[in-house]
Amino acid sequence: MMPLMNDNVNRRGLDTFDWCFLGIIAAIVSIGILSIYSVTNSGSSTKFPIYLKQTTWMVVGTLAFLVAAGIDYHKFARFSYLLYGVGLILLIIVLISGKTSRGSQRWIPLGPFMVQPSEFIKIPLMLTLASYYGATSREGWLRRLIIPGLIVLPGFLLILKQPDLGSSLGFLSIFLVILLTVGMKSKAFGFIVLAALMLFPFVWGGVWGSLHGYQQDRILSFVDPSSDPGGRGYQGLQSRIAIGSGQLLGKGLYGGTQTQFKFLPEGHTDFVFAVFAEEWGFLGSLVLLSLYVILVLMGLEIAFNAKDITGSLLAIGVVAMLGFGVIVNIAMTSGLAPIVGIPLPLMSYGGSAMVVNLTALGLLLNVKRRRLSLL
Amino acid sequence: MFDTSRQANELADIQSRLIFLKVGLLMILVLLGLRLWQLQIRDGVYYQDLSRNNRTRSIVLDPARGLLFDRHGELLANNIPSFQLYLSLEDVQDRDVLLSKLPEYLNVNVQAISEKLSTKRRRGRIKLKSGLTLKEAALIESHRIELPGVAIQPEYQRNYPLGAYASHVIGYVGEISEAQLKDPEFLDLQAGRIIGQYGVERTLDTHLLGETGRKVIEVDAFGYPKRSLSIQRPLAGNDLYLTLDIRLQRLAEDLLGEESGAIVALDPWNGDVLVLASRPGFNPNDLSGGISPQAWQLLLQDSRHPLTNRAIQGQYPPGSTFKIVMAAALLGTQTMRADDSLTCHGSFPFGKRVFRDWKRWGHGSVDLTKAIAESCDVYFYKVGNLLGIDSIATYSRQFGLGSKTGINLLSERSGLVPSSEWKKKNRGEPWYPGETISVAIGQGFLSATPIQMAKAVAIVATDGQVVQPRLLKGVRLRRTGNLKEEPTPSTQQLSLSPQIFSQIKEGLAAVVTKGTGKRAQSNIVSIAGKTGTAQVIALKDDDDKTEVAKKHRDHAWFVAFAPVEQPKIAVAVIVEHMGHGGSAAAPLAKTLIEAYMNVEVTTQAFRLKTEG
Repeated sequence: MMPLMNDNVNRRGLDTFDWCFLGIIAAIVSIGILSIYSVTNSGSSTKFPIYLKQTTWMVVGTLAFLVAAGIDYHKFARFSYLLYGVGLILLIIVLISGKTSRGSQRWIPLGPFMVQPSEFIKIPLMLTLASYYGATSREGWLRRLIIPGLIVLPGFLLILKQPDLGSSLGFLSIFLVILLTVGMKSKAFGFIVLAALMLFPFVWGGVWGSLHGYQQDRILSFVDPSSDPGGRGYQGLQSRIAIGSGQLLGKGLYGGTQTQFKFLPEGHTDFVFAVFAEEWGFLGSLVLLSLYVILVLMGLEIAFNAKDITGSLLAIGVVAMLGFGVIVNIAMTSGLAPIVGIPLPLMSYGGSAMVVNLTALGLLLNVKRRRLSLL
Repeated sequence: MFDTSRQANELADIQSRLIFLKVGLLMILVLLGLRLWQLQIRDGVYYQDLSRNNRTRSIVLDPARGLLFDRHGELLANNIPSFQLYLSLEDVQDRDVLLSKLPEYLNVNVQAISEKLSTKRRRGRIKLKSGLTLKEAALIESHRIELPGVAIQPEYQRNYPLGAYASHVIGYVGEISEAQLKDPEFLDLQAGRIIGQYGVERTLDTHLLGETGRKVIEVDAFGYPKRSLSIQRPLAGNDLYLTLDIRLQRLAEDLLGEESGAIVALDPWNGDVLVLASRPGFNPNDLSGGISPQAWQLLLQDSRHPLTNRAIQGQYPPGSTFKIVMAAALLGTQTMRADDSLTCHGSFPFGKRVFRDWKRWGHGSVDLTKAIAESCDVYFYKVGNLLGIDSIATYSRQFGLGSKTGINLLSERSGLVPSSEWKKKNRGEPWYPGETISVAIGQGFLSATPIQMAKAVAIVATDGQVVQPRLLKGVRLRRTGNLKEEPTPSTQQLSLSPQIFSQIKEGLAAVVTKGTGKRAQSNIVSIAGKTGTAQVIALKDDDDKTEVAKKHRDHAWFVAFAPVEQPKIAVAVIVEHMGHGGSAAAPLAKTLIEAYMNVEVTTQAFRLKTEG
């Protein structure tokens, strides 16, 4: 991989890469707010419309971004275990006294806002895993797999228990991608696969039984969504209709009839991509997808050029989180994956996710800007 | 401990693996791009269609059906508002839930609705119930949220203010049936459309239907209208003026009363059907509102056949009324002259059989006038024997027997004019001359409908002008508002000399003045007619006819026209199982003709006044 920039630039200032990075993030967030505006502005005129709320979260997220980018990530890494512990406590609080919505407890009321700890704990998780692997030799599968696994497991289980299948999978994906990057010996990898296969029926039985009705429906409807447009497969079908009917150029801003007339529920949250694709067509979707691709490639570039393991793995964690969100969300809205409730990073409405994603991207820029400090 | 070399090694290790992560992520993202291409470009048109159907509902706006009037502008059929319960199939989430909830709010036949719902159709509207009460409509409206897809729509319902009067002519309307939907005749009509199913409602349906409008509205996912995209207003059907004189029609039906029978009255010059009465009738209001299957079965199985239009479907032996045709054949073929006399001794031996006259002791010496007036059977036995069946058949056909009159109603029957050829073809037997003797007095294989007999007597009244009976007098076009009179139908002239007709008329006038039809004699108008008795079963001479069960008794016929000098109306009356035409049918014809002449006199006086 070629470094995009010269080693001798001023570390204080922002270079082309940085501006490009910021520009892409700003573009994606703006597209998201525009789409949310498009789908929610019609109808009731509340004092504080959703697109303005999202804009507020963007501002909060920008502050978080600046903090995350400005302070040396090693300082964050030092407090990673503590932060992760706070996250776990928040998840336990959610389980005990969280706000219930659609059969799952996910939110903690904080003044006028609802905070989603399952989103926030992703940052401490990345920091914890990055600093763990950075500080510890990876000799032996105990150190390489079991100990970090034990770190991840309580968070994963607490999120799954809410239940929030999407977030728990997103949580797990960060760990798995980092794990793959730090390297698995083939013997250990084979053992894990074998164990997973043997445990599968038990896990399946337990997991399936613990899933809520709507989750079971979502998975079932993935098998044959056309069979019952009014029932289980409704969302998936309407989402595909929204995307497909956008055709090459889209129906134009505010022209997305699928979402404007509420045939597609959750147009401003999990299905915001369908809103965008309907209004901007294939060309718009390709542009958006390209923005995400470039962002992911930049993240990998940063990971490659990071000065140490902690920085590199932190960058990989951010890439994993974003990549997982983008891939699973678009796959589910376009009918390639079951609808599991994963928001599209930087675009779907949701304050916690917006702040967390921008914080993560701040950390990414942080890693990039400090890669030359020791050499 | 911080180990720089270990760090460097492991970092390099991680860096070497990043390429796999990069390739993997890119491959998946390219896959997503391909998926988007598949959805938006390859299948884009398909999804575009789906999205259109998702958000738009096309609502058919039914036009008001054209009104029906009689010849004087008396209302026969109109439309009154009523509440209809509709279901948009695409908005129904759970049909079973809907079925279980509906009976809570209104009185419905759950089984019938469940049958309607069992359709495979997923789109479009079906009508669940018509004629809801105001209370039911209000209840449904207030529970709309619980009943997605259900909607109340005020609509026009066909109404027949006269009830059962003229029911066979006017007919009734009903929802287009599944079978009709497949019929090319109804190609451009949609399911749920109300169309004419019987009578002129059916045969003049294209006039009455009007043009449906269409409203395209945008709806949200709950089926609630958001805005109207386009609207094409419906165009109401044309109003029709029938030739019927409803005052006479009512009188005719009242005259028949509880008896089964038919009365037809024609304007002999232009074929206007003034009266087309058939009893018993039915109430078209019951049938147009969606009759229950049970009530429909009862109506179908009624032994008195109220759904049969006897005036055009009843095929009866014409009996002695056929002697009119016989007289024309006799004079037309110049077999005998009118003043040639035959002797009647009360019977006519032929082969091994003896054909009796209705008058046991005979009529003595009879010429044509007396033969018609007294309905002498022996005279016509002899004439029939002289003419032969094929000559009789030829003249019968000239008078319109044996073929449909072509009146604009469905299921008209043609009656039967037998001939030697007919018998060979249909029975595989030769014609026996003895059978001609029966036909000569209107019995045997011969049969005719009341409207055919009215037409036949109208031909005599006009000295041989053949017209096709018609029901439509004028059309008020909805587009222009102009009343367009139907052109007077062309007539055909029989090639019989006027003298022949005046000789027949003389006989027919004598029927009323001194013959078998004296009970048709009127003080205000001169009437010419002919009685007839249609045998239902052959009775022995000594059977006491008062003891015969009513269903075996003869049908009473009377055909007439009036005034004799300048005919204005031709009438055929048949009353089933009432015996002699002279006693049972002639008075009805007289009353009807008097009523018609009265009204004619008054309207004429009115016209003179306004014109003067």
